[in-house]
Amino acid sequence: MLAPGLGSFLLVGALLFALGTYTVITRTNAVGILMGVELILNAANVNFVAFNRYNPTPLLTGQVVSLFVIVLAAAEAAVALAIVLAIYLNTRTIDVTDADTLRE
Amino acid sequence: MADAPARPERHILEMVGFASLVLAALVLIGYAFATQVMPGMAPVAASGAGLAQPGDILFYVFAVGAVASAGGVAFSRNIIYSALSLLGALLSTGALYVFLHAEYVAITQLLIYVGGVLVLILFAVMLTHRIQDGKHSNPSTGVLPGIALLGALVLVLGFVATKTPWKADLNAVPPQDSAYGIGDLFLGHYLLPFEVSSLVLLATLIGAVVVARKEIRE
Repeated sequence: MLAPGLGSFLLVGALLFALGTYTVITRTNAVGILMGVELILNAANVNFVAFNRYNPTPLLTGQVVSLFVIVLAAAEAAVALAIVLAIYLNTRTIDVTDADTLRE
Repeated sequence: MADAPARPERHILEMVGFASLVLAALVLIGYAFATQVMPGMAPVAASGAGLAQPGDILFYVFAVGAVASAGGVAFSRNIIYSALSLLGALLSTGALYVFLHAEYVAITQLLIYVGGVLVLILFAVMLTHRIQDGKHSNPSTGVLPGIALLGALVLVLGFVATKTPWKADLNAVPPQDSAYGIGDLFLGHYLLPFEVSSLVLLATLIGAVVVARKEIRE
């Protein structure tokens, strides 16, 4: 078995991204969709940090960007879960296929 | 628990475990294929003959753990199991950051994702999900197009990640004190995004409270 290089980290990021995308497009539970979004953001973070480490110049920009991503992911989760709770309080369901009031 | 085989949860657990195992095996096979068959993917971190150091075994453990947990999130039919699999995925990803000498990001991942976001998600699950009824709490739709997209993404992104001749080179000196440099950047070159993100957090705080509260009419 070979030592892990940049390609290994990128492969992990790619698999996380693919699984997150699958979660987002197949779930009908709103909280499940949020979990998929978190997976996608994590995949992007893995790529940022990996490229930062394998950059020949010792810059920390990738880590700084990944920290911004983490902060925005936390904000996104808080707002999205508040919206989910509001939908649940109004309709008693969080199935996204039922939340189509604006379409009718 | 005596009639465990008759309970549907056991069946779901078996399915999740099976999916995780299949995914882990796929990752291992894919990596072995990428490294052994394709000579373009030379290991960059190799010191010497390119054989794995003992610490590298841990990398594979955490990488497979991350991908298998993500598979649990994607394929579990119970939302609670999905949330707990997300815990494994986030923890394993944080461990991967340590391998990249990004200790500060790893700690932040633990504090914010595992300590904050995951607890928030579990709260939402518990508040919106009637635990008693419905074993099939995480329904999915359009599985076939999803599987097709999953396969296409894995093929394309995996090809790009492993076949591209990255001009990758390790940092000449591994950053000994990443927190110092990150703090320097936050209060120097990235001061404006830093302040804007604090504003975003404030807006999030107020917005979440306003959206989620119950109206009390006097």
